Amino acid sequence: MSEDTNLKRREFIGNGAKLAAGLTIAPGVVVYGLSEASVPDRPAEEPASSERRWGMLVDSNKCATGCDKCVTACGEENGWDDSEPNSSPEQKAQWIRKVELRHKGTGKSHSLPMMCQHCENPPCVDVCPTNASMKRADGIVLVDRHRCIGCRYCMMACPYKARSFIHETLTDQEPHMPRGKGTVESCTMCVHRVDEGREPACVEECPEQAILFGDLNDPDSAIAQALTRYDSTAVREDLGLNPGVRYRGI
Amino acid sequence: MKKTLYTQIEGGKGFWALLAGFGVVILAGLASMYYMEHNGHWVTGMNNSVVWGTPHVFAIFLIVAASGALNVASIGSVFGKKMYKPLAPLSGILAVALLVGGLAVLVLDLGRPDRLIVAMTNYNFKSIFAWNIILYTGFMAIVAIYLWMMLEKRFNKYSTSVGTFAFVWRLLLTTGTGSIFGFLVAREAYDAALMAPMFVVMSFSFGLAIFMLVLFASYRMTGRPLGDYVVRRLKNLLGVFVAGVLYFVLVYHLANLYATEHHGVESFILTSGGIYTMLFWVGQILLGSLVPLAILYNPATGNSRGWISIASVLVIFGGLSQLYVLLIGGQAYPMKTFPGYEVTSSFGDGMIASYSPTLPEVLLGISGFAIALVAVTIAVRHLRALPASLADGETDPHAA
Repeated sequence: MSEDTNLKRREFIGNGAKLAAGLTIAPGVVVYGLSEASVPDRPAEEPASSERRWGMLVDSNKCATGCDKCVTACGEENGWDDSEPNSSPEQKAQWIRKVELRHKGTGKSHSLPMMCQHCENPPCVDVCPTNASMKRADGIVLVDRHRCIGCRYCMMACPYKARSFIHETLTDQEPHMPRGKGTVESCTMCVHRVDEGREPACVEECPEQAILFGDLNDPDSAIAQALTRYDSTAVREDLGLNPGVRYRGI
Repeated sequence: MKKTLYTQIEGGKGFWALLAGFGVVILAGLASMYYMEHNGHWVTGMNNSVVWGTPHVFAIFLIVAASGALNVASIGSVFGKKMYKPLAPLSGILAVALLVGGLAVLVLDLGRPDRLIVAMTNYNFKSIFAWNIILYTGFMAIVAIYLWMMLEKRFNKYSTSVGTFAFVWRLLLTTGTGSIFGFLVAREAYDAALMAPMFVVMSFSFGLAIFMLVLFASYRMTGRPLGDYVVRRLKNLLGVFVAGVLYFVLVYHLANLYATEHHGVESFILTSGGIYTMLFWVGQILLGSLVPLAILYNPATGNSRGWISIASVLVIFGGLSQLYVLLIGGQAYPMKTFPGYEVTSSFGDGMIASYSPTLPEVLLGISGFAIALVAVTIAVRHLRALPASLADGETDPHAA
């Protein structure tokens, strides 16, 4: 698919979503993806604000086993798919992955995407000696790749295995997503898109609309509404990290 | 006891041969570092599951041993044991040298060693790594002053107070190193406050083993007398330290075995972990602890310097095994992201991670030892740090 077509499709989806803002099928049932329309953009000169906290709600009931469209979309968007020809599969970066779960006692299965959980209290930020791991005021956890010394302590500390180390020289990077050999990286919640008022690539590409993105601090946002209405869990809730990504159905 | 006479070592052929030998190892380490940094770490055994590999095992071993090597000086200055006082300058020099060697390996294995200046100018004061940068540089400065106080007669009177400060600092330093792991909640094999005191006792043991080998070798090579009294005291102390480490290892595993949630990781390390299980039982417990204890306390071997040297080498091997099992085994065992579930993914979730050390990683690690030993050799050539004699008459207060 050419870049133009891609753009048009995304614009179309974006506009469609804007039109459908707040659409409900029945009282209390919000249509995911369609309802989360308004991601307000942030002018470049304006700093990220703690008035917002970006988050995601993943519905594992909708997430299909074997489908990895979110993974493909993330890799294409951020340029980490097929970018490390020399690295072994264990060494290649994976910002998002599909995880298959089977309960040992009951046998119940689940499928869901795992990525950086954008914790309120991120262990990666705690341990980073140089402040390269950081949390933006709006809750997005990032690595400043100009400041990362490649010590990998954040990878030791992250309980979600969300981070990847770049084992080789990279070429043909995406202009909006600089990356580099010897540094650590992870899901940025598509910060470049969010700042432009667009949703993360994985959210947009999920055919089941299983991922809802929005401002957790805005009580009127679809994600905040859904979180008050439905049971949801944080992965490793016991650690008290308060991730910005929550899951339904597990 | 007589007044100790300290002298420099001679700078003859032996001195240069020693430097050349260590130099070759250092060059091999630097070449390995260049190879890994130029290509990127894909040429090493590390991956996104096992992110700290063999260089970290060596680096942390050397850093832990560094603080322990200072123990001999502390026993003299802080606890007033007269026999240890003549050994204090060598103890201080070895401590700084081992720390330099360990830090060199750590830094040269970074993804971006060229950005060391970033680490020096940007501190996150919540990071234990950042604390350690301060603890390590502070240690070098304090021990340097301590050495100055010991070697300059006019300042000898201050050596007890500076030595006490250095002793407290070294305890903090090893606490900091142990806490790199102890404060990590994500991984089951770590996440225990016990790591800090365990690392302190490990430092006593590893540091003394290296100290004894360096002492024996330097006295043998320079033809200086070394009496049995010093050797016997040191080897008995080493035995106590080895037993101390065993005690901490026992408590650590008992605590994990008691809690059902840790049975998985325990059975991995103790029974089903392949290389890690073998290194634990054969490397760490048998060869690294029980055999040295038997050698040191058996009268038939405990009085032989050859056997004591073998015991010291085994303690070092056991220490490296212990850190390999803890560091790499602890990462190889999968994190419990979803307790109660079987987990599979393309990123190794729920699976034992693979790691095989490569030659460049091993060479870089070994070069840390060579860096430390070159530093010691040069220091004892240029400083009057080694007593001319450690014969029984010089050191044993009960000798006739």
